[in-house]
Amino acid sequence: MSVDLSSKPPFRVPRRVPQGPRDTRRHTPKTDFRGLYPRAIKAAFLKLDPRVAVKHPVMFVVWLGTIITFLVTINPNLFGTIQADISQQRILNGTITFVLFFTVVFANFAEAIAEGRGKAQADSLRTTRSDTMARKVMADGSIQEVSSTDLRRGDHVKVIAGDMIPADGEVIQGIASVDESAITGESAPVLKQPGTDIMSSVMAGTRILSDELLLRITHDPGQGFIDRMIALVEGAARTKTPNEIALTVLLAVLTQVFLIVIATLSPIANYIANVLANTSGATVANEFRAGVSVAVLISLLVALIPTTIGGLLSAIGIAGMDRVAQFNVIATSGRAVEACGDVNTLVLDKTGTITLGNRLADELIPVNGHTVEEMANVCLAASVFDETPEGRSIVALAEKLGATLDFDRTMGKGVEFSARTRMSGTDVAGQEYRKGAVDSIKGFVRSRGGTVPDTLDAAYEHVSRRGGTPLAVCKGSDVYGIIHLKDIIKPGLRERFDQLRRMGVKTVMLTGDNRITASVIAQEAGVDDFIAEATPEDKIDVIRREQAEGKLVAMTGDGTNDAPALAQANVGLAMNSGTQAAKEAANMVDLDSDPTKLIDLVTIGKQLLITRGALTTFSVANDIAKYFAIIPTIFAAAGIGSLNIMGLKSAESAIVSALIYNALIIPALIPLALKGVRFRPLTADQLLRRNIFIYGLGGMITPFIAIKVIDILLPLP
Amino acid sequence: MSFAREVGRAVRFTLVLWVLTALVYPLVMVAIGQIVFPFQANGSLLSNAQGQVVGSALIGQPFTSDRYFHSRPSTTRYSTADPSHDAAGILNTGVSGASNWAPTNPELRRRVRDTAAELQRVGIQPTADLLYRSGSSLDPHITPEAARAQIARVAAARGLPANQVEILMAQNTEGRFLGIFGEPGVNVLRLNLALDAIKH
Amino acid sequence: MLQGWIQIAFTLLIVVVISPVLGSYIADVFLARPTILDAVLHPLERVILRWGGMNTPGPMSGWQYARAVLASNFAMLIVVYLILMLQGVLPFNPTERGTPSWHLALHTAISFVTNTNQQHYAGETTFSYFSQFAALGFTMFTSAATGIAVAIAFIRGLTGRPLGNFYSDMVQAITRILLPLSVVGAVVLMAAGVPETLAGPVVFPSLEDPSLSQAIARGPVAHFEIIKVLGENGGGFFSTNSAHPFENPNGWTNLIQLVAILSIPSSLIMTYGFFANNLRQAWLVYTIPLTILIGLLVITATGEYQGNPEVNALLGGQAPNLEGKEVRFGWAQSALYAVFTTASMCGAVNSMHDSFLPSGGFAMLFNMFLQIVFGGQGTGTAYLFAYLILAVFVTGLMVGRTPEFLGRKIEKREVVLASLLILLVHPIAILIPAGITLAFSTQLAGISNPGFHGLSQVIYEYASAAANNGSGFEGLDSTTLWWNLSTSVSLLAGRYIPIVALLLLADSLSHKQPVPLTAGTLRTDTGLFVGVTAGVILILGALTFFPALALGPIAEAFQIAGGG
Repeated sequence: MSVDLSSKPPFRVPRRVPQGPRDTRRHTPKTDFRGLYPRAIKAAFLKLDPRVAVKHPVMFVVWLGTIITFLVTINPNLFGTIQADISQQRILNGTITFVLFFTVVFANFAEAIAEGRGKAQADSLRTTRSDTMARKVMADGSIQEVSSTDLRRGDHVKVIAGDMIPADGEVIQGIASVDESAITGESAPVLKQPGTDIMSSVMAGTRILSDELLLRITHDPGQGFIDRMIALVEGAARTKTPNEIALTVLLAVLTQVFLIVIATLSPIANYIANVLANTSGATVANEFRAGVSVAVLISLLVALIPTTIGGLLSAIGIAGMDRVAQFNVIATSGRAVEACGDVNTLVLDKTGTITLGNRLADELIPVNGHTVEEMANVCLAASVFDETPEGRSIVALAEKLGATLDFDRTMGKGVEFSARTRMSGTDVAGQEYRKGAVDSIKGFVRSRGGTVPDTLDAAYEHVSRRGGTPLAVCKGSDVYGIIHLKDIIKPGLRERFDQLRRMGVKTVMLTGDNRITASVIAQEAGVDDFIAEATPEDKIDVIRREQAEGKLVAMTGDGTNDAPALAQANVGLAMNSGTQAAKEAANMVDLDSDPTKLIDLVTIGKQLLITRGALTTFSVANDIAKYFAIIPTIFAAAGIGSLNIMGLKSAESAIVSALIYNALIIPALIPLALKGVRFRPLTADQLLRRNIFIYGLGGMITPFIAIKVIDILLPLP
Repeated sequence: MSFAREVGRAVRFTLVLWVLTALVYPLVMVAIGQIVFPFQANGSLLSNAQGQVVGSALIGQPFTSDRYFHSRPSTTRYSTADPSHDAAGILNTGVSGASNWAPTNPELRRRVRDTAAELQRVGIQPTADLLYRSGSSLDPHITPEAARAQIARVAAARGLPANQVEILMAQNTEGRFLGIFGEPGVNVLRLNLALDAIKH
Repeated sequence: MLQGWIQIAFTLLIVVVISPVLGSYIADVFLARPTILDAVLHPLERVILRWGGMNTPGPMSGWQYARAVLASNFAMLIVVYLILMLQGVLPFNPTERGTPSWHLALHTAISFVTNTNQQHYAGETTFSYFSQFAALGFTMFTSAATGIAVAIAFIRGLTGRPLGNFYSDMVQAITRILLPLSVVGAVVLMAAGVPETLAGPVVFPSLEDPSLSQAIARGPVAHFEIIKVLGENGGGFFSTNSAHPFENPNGWTNLIQLVAILSIPSSLIMTYGFFANNLRQAWLVYTIPLTILIGLLVITATGEYQGNPEVNALLGGQAPNLEGKEVRFGWAQSALYAVFTTASMCGAVNSMHDSFLPSGGFAMLFNMFLQIVFGGQGTGTAYLFAYLILAVFVTGLMVGRTPEFLGRKIEKREVVLASLLILLVHPIAILIPAGITLAFSTQLAGISNPGFHGLSQVIYEYASAAANNGSGFEGLDSTTLWWNLSTSVSLLAGRYIPIVALLLLADSLSHKQPVPLTAGTLRTDTGLFVGVTAGVILILGALTFFPALALGPIAEAFQIAGGG
């Protein structure tokens, strides 16, 4: 069966812009939703294939029921002669068949729509995926042109300006700028070079703009991040998450329970019919028997089994992945997304996550009898080779204070910052200019035979207390003073941390700053805890410690030395700008390289679970009304007609109304399933109260009203 | 643990606990009962002056004549039988049992109607307990209302003043426990024995 | 009428007052804290354990615990079956009872080993004294102790402790709870008039008509009677159970029995509170069964008080329904007993359930369908918590976290076990055999009451078997091969599938790493959560049986209301 809706103008679904307070949000890749509905309708019918349908146990039961009701539409006496008007039976059975059929189609449609949206998302990712020719560097150094699909992990490839990067890889030689906008949306080209932690990984589908690079391929074809994400958002490779499996089990059990209830209702009703034959005569008994025909029992079964959630369950799961993709985050599994909702502790790097990446030099505090001008000169000398934003801000401040270089720049040699020495500087003409962590500088000065004045500690504390980062400066054995680097906390973070706290998520800030600075920033940002003077090892320690208490920990990271911690964390979000090692270790990669996104992911994870729970509650709560619609009317001859509290017109009308409601509620809830239940940062108790009220109580009341309305509208006697 | 050991342990514990709960406990309790509460432990039996058992203080007996207070209708006729025609072996063991008829059972309807007619025929205003059969079929009691409804008839049949019969009825009425739990009941056998005692 | 309600209220009050006291004692026993009887019981228990072949009881895994339950119960089943079949040659048989049919003996043995005590026989006419006290009385202790042991293992698992050792738990349940209370209770019952003798029945001429003889059945009743109610067993010494004046002679003995019936199942909820160190939660959970119990009491007692309209018409006024009831108990004590006994899976009766008005039948069926209205000895508490786990699962999702109960994550395994346990076993063990029986109703059913009530009779019999209750709509002719075997299947399925599932559930919970409590944790000790759990219980537990209830007691009620 095919439905051709292509003549209609293509419907455009407005793209959901991820929410969030960040004003720095970059754009997400464009997704083309044209033709989504026609394709979903077609898919909804294709999914009727029993081989596909059997994967959803609840809906498969409905599908089997449809076939049986279809058979009894053709021959109402298939399962024993019914003492009633055949044509009337046919009409009723036919109507039931029709409604049941559409119940299945609607459920398929829900899944198809979710898949379609995922596919559209995947297509936009896939546009970058076309085969390209790659220059493979052979073992003997020669270059051979091969298709990108023939590249294997470990192969070496050369790319030159204008090429498409053929596969995910790591730069092992060369410096070049790369345009990653096709994937990340970031329009500014990114510099790629080997060796350094950051910026050494390249993604398939991005384009090299200048120079050339030698790459080592890190993934076999179809195994890269994007490939995995494509598979996930399309729903193809989506393995069920633990909670989803547990819920499926519960729904399957409920379905079995009602199968037993309905199967045994047949002999029970037959016994009652015999009772009625004795007490009220054969006519009433026959009427009663006809009222509980096979088609009616199947209708009751379908009304009672949790079709609403059963029909929407996979759509909810796919939509959850889709939402993550819209956020420009690549998740390696649905499990990781669900784990986000469970996170108890967020481990956040201060720099880049809580504060804006660049601290600015704000003030120079000279000690040891030096003047500000003298100190400015030393600061300038120590920072002249420092290309970091901090370094440049120190140069700027020093120059503003009138500092000049008293040596020829070309004669100097930059000393790079390292995590071990925790200082950087310049060696020139036998003089060692250094700036860095106060302890390191103290050690350096002492090692050069100098002494450290008490005023240094006073200045250090002064800066720390104001939440600044103190850097000490020295020239050889002579300490010159403290540079006050000022941190700027990202706007709106405090409120988000408050929300997280209400949701029961603890935030831990990690910083290389000293305790006092860290505590001031921690307080200003509103985080719950902080680890000062943290080394990369501290990161994994804090994660292990929290996990030992049974907590789930999420963290972000980008460097190679973050990799163990990313792997250890339950949710590891790697920055796309980070190293290949970090991305490998993490279970999510943020294409925007925005660590604050971790907070949004918590919300998405929770939303996914809430949507499932809410619709399950709604679905099960609906049963009460369906029972009260169908049982009293079909068993009216047994004298329980006064339980028909809805005052439905007749058994036929009650059954069909309940089934129509049952069918229509599925498409009616598709938007909710796709969008997710709106999440509010409330405590668990508040959330439960709210959701029980809406979906539990609402689930009880809605069908009473809806079935009554349908009953009134139905042109049945 | 091996299967054999597991089974062995199950059997051993079964036997040990059997000795404790199925032999020691019941036999010790029988001993206590026989020594400390010989009357109750043997069935609260009532004897006449000749020492012959005439009934149990706790078990009703069938009474249908005018000279006695009628007891409730019973499914087993209070576990009685004609010793010469006891094919069912009622007297071998003693029995108990109820009608187990549901309120909607037409037989109940019929039976109650018949009983009511019979009561009215002998001049007793029917009360609920005299229409409904008891649970044990051995109910020793009737309600005070049912007893009151019979005072005049019994007094007339025995030629006794009604108030004397009423006093006897009150004496043989067993009240609620602590005045709260249960319902008061007139012990029919005891009352009838008391009536017989006046005669002598 | 008011007097009746006062009786009901006082009885409930006594149960509620006893629960925390007994609950705390039970917790002390199984937490190995000092208790008053230590001096006597320690040596006794050591001897029992040594003779049982276990000097130092080590902890068991869930599966080991379950295997021990199955193995020991099977051994007991054999012992009971052999005694019943050999009673003709065994001692203490003053009434000279012969061998019962093999299927009756099998059904009886299974029924008693499963703590059900469904009786397809009349005690005084079928079994010897020895069969009663040495076979049936024996299982009254061991089956109750098995239930308590399983509940304790479950509570231990739930609160993150190792499950313990089945044999040690079972022995302690007997020596420290069941036996001491039984000894005291038996003496009190004897004093109140319950016989305790090995002598046979007395036969003598009746007072009014000496040509008629009365036979008064007797026996060692008192010791049997107390464990019957205390252990939620319910198997009467005599055919009419606690309606028989020798089993339950007056208001005082009736009160003892009522309190005994409900005390251990209700106390175990408080025992949980002491184990979890959260009495607040225990009390909140307690309110679920208590509220349902009160609701069902009101339904039942009102119906019995108002009586049968047709008989009332004959009497010319309202009178309580006394068919199958004893005068000394009246409508209030009878309704109390009927609701208590079906709530707690005791199954003893002091009035005939078959003759209750449909409102009462509805309440009794409802109790057995849910089996958590305090529920069976031990198992009721465990089922209640299984419902709580399912409620946690659904509500946990609704607050956006992987659901957790007492800090333990509820995952697939727990949902499988809990939903199997409380959702699937009952429909399988009740509705399927009832469907088969009704499909061949003329051949199989043995229905004695016509109309809608006949359906209730069949459903009741299987519900009673599956819920391990044991009471019955006794008009049903259930002595046939079909009934004995088909209910045996329900008995076994209703007993051992849940027990194994409970123990595996406890095992899996006890091994979970506890998750710390945060603001994001759904608190399970709030009124809201308990209310939601009650909703889950009513919707998931009762809706399954709504069609059967609608065509049974509900249709019968409409029939009576309509004057039919």
